[in-house]
Amino acid sequence: MLKTFPKGGVHPPENKITATKSIQRLPVPKTVHVPVAQHIGAPAQIIVERKEKVVIGQVIAKSGGFVSSNIHSPVAGVVTKIDKIIDSSGYKKDCIVIRVDVKDESNFVDEVFPIKDKIVQSPEEIVQIIADYGIVGLGGATFPLHVKLALKPDQKIDCLLINGVECEPYLTADHRLMLEKTEEIVIGIKILLKAFGIHKAIIGIENNKKDAIKALKEICKNEPDIQIATLKVKYPQGGEKQLIRAILGREVPVGGLPLNVGVVVHNVGTVFAVYDAVQNNRPLTERVVTVTGKSLENSGNFWVKIGTPISDLIAAVGALPEDTRKIINGGPMMGKAIKNTNVPVTKGTSGILLISEKEASRKEVQNCIRCATCVSVCPMGLEPHLLMSLTEKTMFEQAASEDIMTCIECGSCSYVCPSNRPLLDQIRLGKMVVKKLDLLKN
Amino acid sequence: MLYSVLLLVMLGVFSALILYFVSKKFYVYEDPLIEKVEEVLPAANCAGCGFPGCKAFAESLVNTPDISALFCPVGGNDTMKAVADILGKEVTEKAPTVAVVRCQGACDVRPKTSEFQGPLSCSISTLLYGGETDCEYGCLGMGECVDACDFDAMFMDDKTGLPVVITDKCTSCGACVKACPKDIIEMRPKKKRDLKIFVSCMNQDKGGIARKACSVACIGCNKCFDICPKDAITMENMLAYIDPDLCTLCRKCVPICPTDSILETNFPPPKVKKEDAKKPVKKVKKVAKETSDDLETSKVKPIVKKEPKTATEKVEAMVESVTLEKTENNA
Repeated sequence: MLKTFPKGGVHPPENKITATKSIQRLPVPKTVHVPVAQHIGAPAQIIVERKEKVVIGQVIAKSGGFVSSNIHSPVAGVVTKIDKIIDSSGYKKDCIVIRVDVKDESNFVDEVFPIKDKIVQSPEEIVQIIADYGIVGLGGATFPLHVKLALKPDQKIDCLLINGVECEPYLTADHRLMLEKTEEIVIGIKILLKAFGIHKAIIGIENNKKDAIKALKEICKNEPDIQIATLKVKYPQGGEKQLIRAILGREVPVGGLPLNVGVVVHNVGTVFAVYDAVQNNRPLTERVVTVTGKSLENSGNFWVKIGTPISDLIAAVGALPEDTRKIINGGPMMGKAIKNTNVPVTKGTSGILLISEKEASRKEVQNCIRCATCVSVCPMGLEPHLLMSLTEKTMFEQAASEDIMTCIECGSCSYVCPSNRPLLDQIRLGKMVVKKLDLLKN
Repeated sequence: MLYSVLLLVMLGVFSALILYFVSKKFYVYEDPLIEKVEEVLPAANCAGCGFPGCKAFAESLVNTPDISALFCPVGGNDTMKAVADILGKEVTEKAPTVAVVRCQGACDVRPKTSEFQGPLSCSISTLLYGGETDCEYGCLGMGECVDACDFDAMFMDDKTGLPVVITDKCTSCGACVKACPKDIIEMRPKKKRDLKIFVSCMNQDKGGIARKACSVACIGCNKCFDICPKDAITMENMLAYIDPDLCTLCRKCVPICPTDSILETNFPPPKVKKEDAKKPVKKVKKVAKETSDDLETSKVKPIVKKEPKTATEKVEAMVESVTLEKTENNA
């Protein structure tokens, strides 16, 4: 019997079209738009000026606070302007626009680094490198990693969980990374273990990635500290709380963090970025992005420079299919439709999904029939139908007392609702208002 | 028959006694002033004052010693004066206000660049992205303000897709201001005859981008800022704002705006002399005279209204009026 989380969950069609396609390098775009707000927390502060020359890996925006992160230039070129460009949030945000210098060879060399398995840095040095090199959680939440590593004296952890679940349909970026950079990921885990000073790491992988499980098991044979947990395929297993429950059986308290149960969770993509930073001195300037869609001919996985406009990604897989109705930044469950194709790839972009008219259309909303399917699929044990109606009636105090803030916005409720009710949309609104009114404190 | 009547009477008396004693036993003292104050309040329960209803507002009016910070926007100064008379406290007078929609981005001037499929709610759409058009500051057109209005003072214009305020019905309770996630609706003083001049745009983008997104957007050109004689206009983030307290309604900024984003409401239609305004003073005077002459000749009533001074004239006038009446009757 494979492990999984007990409460709720759904199993949408997996559609992992690109699972067998190895990661290719995307041609360097002509210009990159690097947003300064790519992570949770304070936006980075721009330290370059117009017409300034930048090289790969140069810091172009400095961390704007404790919960913030440095941003590095992904290319060598000239800063043409600092402009407001619509990013994946749907709003115009400050972006550093860099024109790529076509004469500069450093843009086009594909360096191959030998694998270094000796970790020479001390734990403090590792944390410093991670902070300097702007590494954030690449699973989607983009939480600055050095904040997660900086434990207070009273916080103790005993286990590091590595998230290789990738429970979102369509996406295969983490899957391919685990297959192609297996050794690096294992070394990355060791680096993090050293930084935390602990000796137990578990990689959680869903059973639909058998080849990745096999490859990791092969390498981890002689690693007593690292275990591999095979998990049942179920959405949203990639959620932190669900993963901890599935692997360790620990329940994160309401309003608490994984730290409260002695666990820290990191994504495999993050682990690879840590390896790259610590062993190769390379800041986070590129990531793996899955570009996929049912009507795309050559969908695939790509190494993409941060700041590359999504139009470049689409051009790499052929033209935009005619029936495309929505372009989604992320997976189909939690991703967000983007407004135009100039939106740049950021540190949190794990995939670009093109979906057709038929898949994209929302069906007619009908009345709630009290079937409670949403209640049975909610992985947090909430009552989505109730939270939705409370929000509609603006009864936010009650919504707060019904734990609306513990919703992880996985969208399972909206996915299963037979009446096509916009449950998540309303709950998200309710969460926003509750947060704004600060009702939780009272 | 008699028994049943007696029985019912006794039952009635008995129940009345129970009710009497219960009401005495569980009597809750309430300041009689509260009821008095509540009677003069408009009973709209709109929560425009910041309290959950007129009763709660009346309670706080009675209980707080200094009520100068409290105001009923629906009732306005008259109501507050009545309250002051009852309570003997001082109240502040506020100029009556009315809601204005600061967006003119109708469908024809502000093209749609994307389509929103989610639930028809401005606030949900705002959580997800900037809106269907390229202007992320403008009206989303889903009418949450109209839903919020308790007084039927707003409706959505089908042609423009924008909300319209019916000024006569607007009680300035501020429900629409709170409902709008884009902060487009503003409460502005009503002034004389409800004359208003305001910048009907919220776009803070650079001129070119703003104009591309919407042809009636404020492009931050500073022209109105420069021409305003009273410094009532402030420019912030490429957006002009007219301070209603400083504005003297001189209307100099209205024609100078290159994108027509400054709106004037309830002003009489422009007169002929507008074009001649820049010409020498003499000519202007002439034009003014001409118009006044025209007015006098066109009006017939003033002559009739002239009041007779002497007695003979009075009689003559009476005769005239009588004959006039007669002729009218004949007709």
